[in-house]
Amino acid sequence: MMTRLMATERQGALILSGLVALAGLILAAAGRGDPMGVHGWITLVFAGGVLLIALRALDAPEPTEDRLASYYDDPTKVGILLALFWAVVGMGMGVWVAAQLAWPELRFDAPWSSFGRLRPVHTSGVIFGFGGNALIATSFHVMQRTSRARLAGHLSPWFVLLGFNLFCLVAASGYLMGVTQSKEYAEPEWYADIWLVIVWVVYFVLYMRTLARRNEPHIYVANWYYLAFILVVAMLHIVNNLAVPASFGAAKSYSAFAGVQDAMTQWWYGHNAVAFFLTAGFLGMLYYFLPKRAERPIYSYRLSILSFWGIVFFYIWAGSHHLHYTALPQWVQTLGMTFSVMLLVPSWASAGNALMTLNGAWHKVRDDATLRFMMLAAVFYGLSTFEGSFMAVRAVNSLSHYTDWTVGHVHAGAMGWVALISFGSIYAVVPLLWRKEAMYSWKLVESHFWLALAGTVIYVFAMWNSGITQGLMWRTYTESGTLAYSFTETLVAMRPYYIARVIGGALFLAGAVIGAYNVYMTIRVAGHQAPQIDYPTGSEANEPAVPAAE
Amino acid sequence: MFRMLLKPFARFFEVHAKAHYRAERHSMALTAGIILAASVGGFIEIAPLFTIDETVESAPDMRLYTPLEQAGRDIYIREGCYLCHSQMIRTLQDEVDRYGPYSLAVESQYDHPMLWGSKRTGPDLARVGEKYSDDWQVRHLVDPRALVPESVMPQYAFLLAAPLETESLPGRLAALRTVGVPYTDDQIANAAVDAGGQAVPDTEPADGVAERYGEETNIRLFDGRRERLTEMDALVAYLQILGGLTDLPAETQPPRGD
Ligand code: HEC
Repeated sequence: MMTRLMATERQGALILSGLVALAGLILAAAGRGDPMGVHGWITLVFAGGVLLIALRALDAPEPTEDRLASYYDDPTKVGILLALFWAVVGMGMGVWVAAQLAWPELRFDAPWSSFGRLRPVHTSGVIFGFGGNALIATSFHVMQRTSRARLAGHLSPWFVLLGFNLFCLVAASGYLMGVTQSKEYAEPEWYADIWLVIVWVVYFVLYMRTLARRNEPHIYVANWYYLAFILVVAMLHIVNNLAVPASFGAAKSYSAFAGVQDAMTQWWYGHNAVAFFLTAGFLGMLYYFLPKRAERPIYSYRLSILSFWGIVFFYIWAGSHHLHYTALPQWVQTLGMTFSVMLLVPSWASAGNALMTLNGAWHKVRDDATLRFMMLAAVFYGLSTFEGSFMAVRAVNSLSHYTDWTVGHVHAGAMGWVALISFGSIYAVVPLLWRKEAMYSWKLVESHFWLALAGTVIYVFAMWNSGITQGLMWRTYTESGTLAYSFTETLVAMRPYYIARVIGGALFLAGAVIGAYNVYMTIRVAGHQAPQIDYPTGSEANEPAVPAAE
Repeated sequence: MFRMLLKPFARFFEVHAKAHYRAERHSMALTAGIILAASVGGFIEIAPLFTIDETVESAPDMRLYTPLEQAGRDIYIREGCYLCHSQMIRTLQDEVDRYGPYSLAVESQYDHPMLWGSKRTGPDLARVGEKYSDDWQVRHLVDPRALVPESVMPQYAFLLAAPLETESLPGRLAALRTVGVPYTDDQIANAAVDAGGQAVPDTEPADGVAERYGEETNIRLFDGRRERLTEMDALVAYLQILGGLTDLPAETQPPRGD
């Protein structure tokens, strides 16, 4: 892979990884006796590995190919493999923590193996590890195809991809050691946060520079979403992570905000992580891979514009619905609720746009499990955005908040929408990237599909039941006006649903493992086939073109 | 009628779509548009929380966490207790009946970060302070199922064996002061000693704690042992102060029926 790079680029890789290794060394020295020191060593080993690879290829001959005549897909390939790796790790962790709630003995006795430390490994593992890598990899793919131009740079894509994975590694290992800011989905400490900002800036510059090379006046829809994902995630990340470290030799820091302001900032972040990480980015995926796979143009261009700006503008207001009936001033709660309900319009516009695109291609949905993954993802996107708007209504939220209903809702989105669209896109793109005629086994894709669907449905129904049951039990009064149930009694009622959840999660995990195996075998043994057109060109080729103004 | 109502919207979308069509040819225009559209909501909802005085009540009796309690809070965060326990009693009758007066903003005024939580796998802890004895808390953390057989809470027996690290406490209190908690120089300088002092009643260090943090401060053995200062001491000291930083909620919300 290194031999694809020019000598200067290889030297650049050497210098960059050397610098990161040095940073790791400094971290290790400054943080002796603290988990930060361990993170220093992890960084050092990680960057050292990259350095070795660069070193070994240092005096390889210059590449002879005409680089501008092809796309640069090596980082995409590695990104997809990393996404699958994190999927198995993250979902595996999810099944374990779910099992701990059904059988507490599975906590074992180590400090690192308790629910509180493992749960963030699960959430960050699936959101950032799996989702993030899938987003970065597909964005590299999509930005090149829709611009019909090669990536602008050969070092920066690697920097983004590997730098992001270093962040994920530091995050996950940190949780096991108890390093956390306690801000949900923003747990990593200050040095990891700073590192992510650097990675993200490079990502943005790479995206802009590639778009600048495009052979096409218009920027395709998918790119608007990827761009919104990159920009707004940066904004959220920087503001919510403002903190003062207790010492530069240790991980611990204290948030710049306190109490009610901190709560609002956190859920402004938290909800928009859902919006711009788990929605906007994956809508980018949907808008590219679904029309491409169905070989149909997007149903309505006008609708895509409407839903795009609707999502960007409305979502930001919605975070305060996480704080209904709390000490947050009521006017903010009301604004959050109102915008959450309005959000349904652009959300359904997107879901509808995707499903209408399939008109005339439903026979393909029936026959092709890959396309079915994408179709089902759009359906779950529609369902969970409806549920989200519903749960943001104060009266409903009074019941659902703090219960498993929220957990079920998140998983309808995370499993049903985010994971399904990612797997669908991966199945669509793997044969193309590795120049294979098809996936190793379509039957395995088919079984993955049904396992994923069954797992999601079992999971979500279990959580609806437990959440609504628990919410109702908490608020039930006896005839004499006292609370009818103790907290412990609700725990007993939850148990069957917690077991059902483990089963649902395990099915979903099994699907992911099959998917990873199938991808591995495709790379290993599937027959070679060069696609007809998959290189930068001035002609419209067979990419989804931007429709003329309607 | 319906048409008339929708007309301005249609006009708006027309203009909007045209503007977009032009913008999508320029990546910088798109970038600027996204940043602008995504900034409005957050700004309008968050900025006023810092400036409108009524957002946080004033409670003159509000006290600060002692170094031992703060250390316990940091352990609470480290162990992810907040993932199963909320610290925010909502303004709903059943919550008030179950957990006590609803939470006020001022109670977490000095909480960097807040620990309101989002999921109640276990009960709310906002007012758990002094609900149980220190001994109960320790035994519960060592083996929750010995006390509550149906519990799914993890055990934390290792805290009893882990000596509390106190050297970094002055630095931690100083960082907290930087972000707005009014610790005095004296409190910061003595943080490490005070952490130990709070867990050894009737000694000179204990008197220092009472002097710097008030006579009301809980000065007890916490984990039941005098000779060692453990992470268990810190965590229990923290749990026992939850809901006890100010009397304002109890004063402003008299119990039902009175
Ligand atoms: C997996 C979820 C979970 C985690 C993590 C967890 N708890 Fe619990 N906790 C529970 C459950 C369930 C109960 C109710 C049953 C019981 O009393 O054990 C409970 C009860 C409690 C109670 C008694 C509350 C009352 O009013 O009766 C306290 C105090 C408590 N936990 C403290 C902690 C602390 C401190 C931590 C972190 C070190 C922690 N918990 C971590 C689930 C959890």
